[in-house]
Amino acid sequence: MNPVFYLLAALTLGGGLAAILLKHLIHAALALTVAFAGLALLFLQLDAQFAGFAQILVYIGAVAILVVFAILLTHSDLPKEGVFSRTWLAGLAIAAAVFAVLGWAVLASIDDIPQQNTTPLATVHDIGNALVGRYVLPLEIVALLLTAATIGAVIVAMHEKERPR
Amino acid sequence: MTLFPSPLVGYLLVAALLFAIGLAGALVRRNAIMVLIGIELMLNAANLNLIAFWRFGPRPEALTGMMFAIFSIAVAAAEAAVGLGLVISIHRHTGTTDLEKMNRMKG
Repeated sequence: MNPVFYLLAALTLGGGLAAILLKHLIHAALALTVAFAGLALLFLQLDAQFAGFAQILVYIGAVAILVVFAILLTHSDLPKEGVFSRTWLAGLAIAAAVFAVLGWAVLASIDDIPQQNTTPLATVHDIGNALVGRYVLPLEIVALLLTAATIGAVIVAMHEKERPR
Repeated sequence: MTLFPSPLVGYLLVAALLFAIGLAGALVRRNAIMVLIGIELMLNAANLNLIAFWRFGPRPEALTGMMFAIFSIAVAAAEAAVGLGLVISIHRHTGTTDLEKMNRMKG
């Protein structure tokens, strides 16, 4: 483990923690972008260049902008009752329990965890070949899904005419 | 700096912590957009697991984990678009994004 990993992990987790704790939605969206950037750098650290740059393009370029647009379109003042729900203690307990189970599972299987340490070679050429070769059916399904999802999102969010009740 | 026995364990623990943070955000916040942000964090934590297992697992040249992560990124983008569209639509109908005020179907 090199120090770069610890820096990137701290950046990602700090961004994620700030994203769910900050009161103002815009600040939370900015913190979310920091977490996405940290994750992209972690992907690059793991020699997954294509996934890292796809993460930057899709998450920082599209999803973060989409979140900001949604915040601006639904602009609302800070609620008087606070930003956390009434059942926040139960939610926190569930999240802590899930983390305990995941951490226990990782630490309990520490001897069986694979540790190949040869740097895998995944050029964009290889990925493109795999996408139109072995993974061509999932690729087509994802294309259909993205088309349907964008059309569906526009139809759902489109302004509808007032109907007489 | 050898806190972890193998680098994969470090990545898995970071992903588990990020998943727990996202889950806490989805369960604790009142605003619907914040719940979607929490779900995005959870999806990203799963992607980190996939990439880490691809990097340190056997036969990385098969690209399975990498492909799974790339498709997962695409599906997450579609989910974000539909989810935020729904939030905007609900805001237009009820004038709020507060999940505790959306109780029309409460028995």
